[in-house]
Amino acid sequence: MTVNQFLILGALLFSLGVYGVLVRRNAVAVLLSIELMLAAVNINLVAFGSLLGDTLHTGHVFALFVITVAAAEVGIGLAIVILIFRNRSSANVDELDLMKW
Amino acid sequence: MSFGDWIGQSENIVFLVIGVVMVAAGWWVVTSRNLVHAVLMLVVALAGSAALFLMLGAEFVAWTVVLVYIGAVVVLFLFGLMITRAPLRRDPVPLDHRRRWPALAVAAAVFATLAYATTAFFGWAEGTAVERNLTGDLGEALFRRFVIPFEAVSFVLLAALIGGIVVARKDPMESDPMESDPKESDPKESDPRE
Repeated sequence: MTVNQFLILGALLFSLGVYGVLVRRNAVAVLLSIELMLAAVNINLVAFGSLLGDTLHTGHVFALFVITVAAAEVGIGLAIVILIFRNRSSANVDELDLMKW
Repeated sequence: MSFGDWIGQSENIVFLVIGVVMVAAGWWVVTSRNLVHAVLMLVVALAGSAALFLMLGAEFVAWTVVLVYIGAVVVLFLFGLMITRAPLRRDPVPLDHRRRWPALAVAAAVFATLAYATTAFFGWAEGTAVERNLTGDLGEALFRRFVIPFEAVSFVLLAALIGGIVVARKDPMESDPMESDPKESDPKESDPRE
């Protein structure tokens, strides 16, 4: 196992998530794509922590922190999406032009 | 190391299978017309990442992914889909923008940049996964060296919990137009200053 195979897989999944964020119209689907990007970041971090011989296991600890912050982000994000849906009767991000100047 | 040497190791074949499944599931997540299928394919992609973590010897992180992501976050996504009444079946309104070629170009540029910038530093040297008691060492690191960030992250979770409740609940001070009496909404009688 080399570090690079995990890095390339992580880059591939991250770019899939970028494509999903850019192309999806539904806000929940955008959040799904963000989860895909966070999973790609976790793969990179765990590969660093396991394969680079870090005695402090910083990669694993940071992967745990990323998982925790992602859980908080999904909670807040879905609350905002529900609020927007209640006010606008739509969860499509291209119809949210309230703050567009 | 040539590709023949690389594919000759059994663990790399396992990695290749898991990686192909993960990329296919991720492609399904970002392109599926059915959002429930997209969420279920996200489960497959996250399970693949948990399998990779097990392969790397990081059991604790792998089971945390299974518990937190697959157990909690995906259920939260399904509830969010149901509450926002997103199209559960194929529906005539497209889920995607029409302009997908610029997005595809941006994604390809991101992949090229990330893959070059990360792999150029490390080279193709062989790495060996640690075989020691990783979970015990991880607990030691988490509760000695990283105890302050650990506590800070618990505050982040608490703030997200309270913030989620505050943002998503209905405001009780806000008068609900469905429940208001039609006599009170009469403009001649509603304003006492007249």
